[in-house]
Amino acid sequence: MFEIRFHGRGGQGTVTASRILALAAFEEGKYVISFPFFGTERRGAPVTAFTRIDDQPILLKTQIYNPNIVVVLDPWVLDNGDAASGISQDGMFIINTRKKPEDFDLERKTFTVDATSIAVSLELGTKANPIVNTAILGAFAKATGLVSLETVVHATMESSPNKKQENADAVRQAYISVRIG
Amino acid sequence: MIRTLQKYNAIMTGNEAVAMGAKLARVRFISAYPITPQTTIVEKLAEMIANRELDARYVEVESEHSAMAATMASELTGTRSYTATSSHGLLYMHEMLHWVAGQRLPVVMSVVNRAIGPPWNIWSDQTDTMNQKDTGWMQVYCESNQEALDTILMGYRIAEDRNVMLPLMTMEDAFVLSHTSEPVNVPEQKAVDDFLPELDLSYRIDVDRPMGYGSYSTPDGPFMELKKDMHDSMDRARKAIRSVTAEFATSFDRNYSGLIEEFLTEDADYVLIASGTLASTGKYVIQRLREKGYKVGLIRIRFFRPFPADEIRKAVKGTKGTGIIDRSISFGSGGNTFLEVSSSLYGTDNPPLYGFIAGLGGRDVKIEDFEEMFRIMEKKEPGQYWINIRRGD
Repeated sequence: MFEIRFHGRGGQGTVTASRILALAAFEEGKYVISFPFFGTERRGAPVTAFTRIDDQPILLKTQIYNPNIVVVLDPWVLDNGDAASGISQDGMFIINTRKKPEDFDLERKTFTVDATSIAVSLELGTKANPIVNTAILGAFAKATGLVSLETVVHATMESSPNKKQENADAVRQAYISVRIG
Repeated sequence: MIRTLQKYNAIMTGNEAVAMGAKLARVRFISAYPITPQTTIVEKLAEMIANRELDARYVEVESEHSAMAATMASELTGTRSYTATSSHGLLYMHEMLHWVAGQRLPVVMSVVNRAIGPPWNIWSDQTDTMNQKDTGWMQVYCESNQEALDTILMGYRIAEDRNVMLPLMTMEDAFVLSHTSEPVNVPEQKAVDDFLPELDLSYRIDVDRPMGYGSYSTPDGPFMELKKDMHDSMDRARKAIRSVTAEFATSFDRNYSGLIEEFLTEDADYVLIASGTLASTGKYVIQRLREKGYKVGLIRIRFFRPFPADEIRKAVKGTKGTGIIDRSISFGSGGNTFLEVSSSLYGTDNPPLYGFIAGLGGRDVKIEDFEEMFRIMEKKEPGQYWINIRRGD
């Protein structure tokens, strides 16, 4: 079973990211479960969401405390929250940032992608509040190999109420531009 | 390439699955007042009606009390009626719940289990529905989104059974089911129509055939007999539940096994009794403990009303300890399920009983919390214990 924890801030599409990933894995024949830690939702506040992927039906319905993969949609939460908490020894980080993987000292394999610039250039959300969730999933596909690029693109287009093509492009651009630590 | 699991055709949240269940049941009347975290159920249904995917009348009211009053009136005309609520909204309906059950109306309602304040708390807790156990409604706790959908379909069949004629509420844990996405099989409408025929209420309101409804009874009138008949109907419901569940398994290839589900109980030394998603996580923990050689099992309570006393008596017989998890408490007495199980076992050669209060107000019940319950059963005296409670707060 793979346990993935997403950390972002309200307005970035964190919960949707966890759900699109679940849909993509489901479309590749896996059992999945995806859920948010539902707090008082407001723009800018820290948001956590979870996805589990397995070959077996998933009975475990607790929050994720020891993730295999931590996806950070906003680097601010790395310094101001518990994004790194409990990550497994062989775990990995996927971080939306302009920085390079070697700029981080997280003692785990680290991938970085400038999802914000990708989202801004494709006009996903606004400049002040770019929606980076689809771009980060492109980086996820490349970094983990858990789901293929094409299924992530498909699940993204299926899940996007509008700007389907732009969201698909965001996935593809991030897939190509992710930096491997 | 899309190659989803054969058994499933959609990813849905619990609330989406419940709304789909109501649509497939062809409900014709919905009255509701939105309350978190059930809001998306009635939002989804309103959307279906607006898009003409569902042919039903949707009446927005100013409170849950009115929502249930409108649902009652609609059902009295012989129209299959539905509503959903949660938490304080359900408490506000309390008076009308008695009226719907007392008038023997087979309404089905979905409740998303959520804590009662103060302090304000929107997370998972069964206190809201445990407070309704004496209203004459059947109560079913679900552990997956698939079960939440399927239980609406089975629920109408059981409620509308001529030998039962009692309302039924289906329950899903707040967020842990209501906002959690899982694979779901959405059945074909044709298959649902074959399983669940249209409602044919024998004493519906009819202007050409006037009757009194609700009416009045002196102490020597039929009041007491009517109450006894409700109680007897709950008993008769057991048979209907078993037969409808079996028929559902034949038609849809999903077997919910009746009032309870037993998981690895056959040779178990220690068993846990749980409901809702706590049962699901409990099964996960039990699988892990089994791999380590521990003989442990779980009984999942699906129906809390009627209460599965016979089933539980049989299932716990011969165990070295039985632990009952409650996500609610009756202050001054104990966990509601613990009390019911204890009373079911009165006068039998029962195993030592342990009550575990856990997860109130949505506190996550973790793998180590379940392991702690088994440790307590092995090492400590029977009694009631609070799990993962902080000291000194």
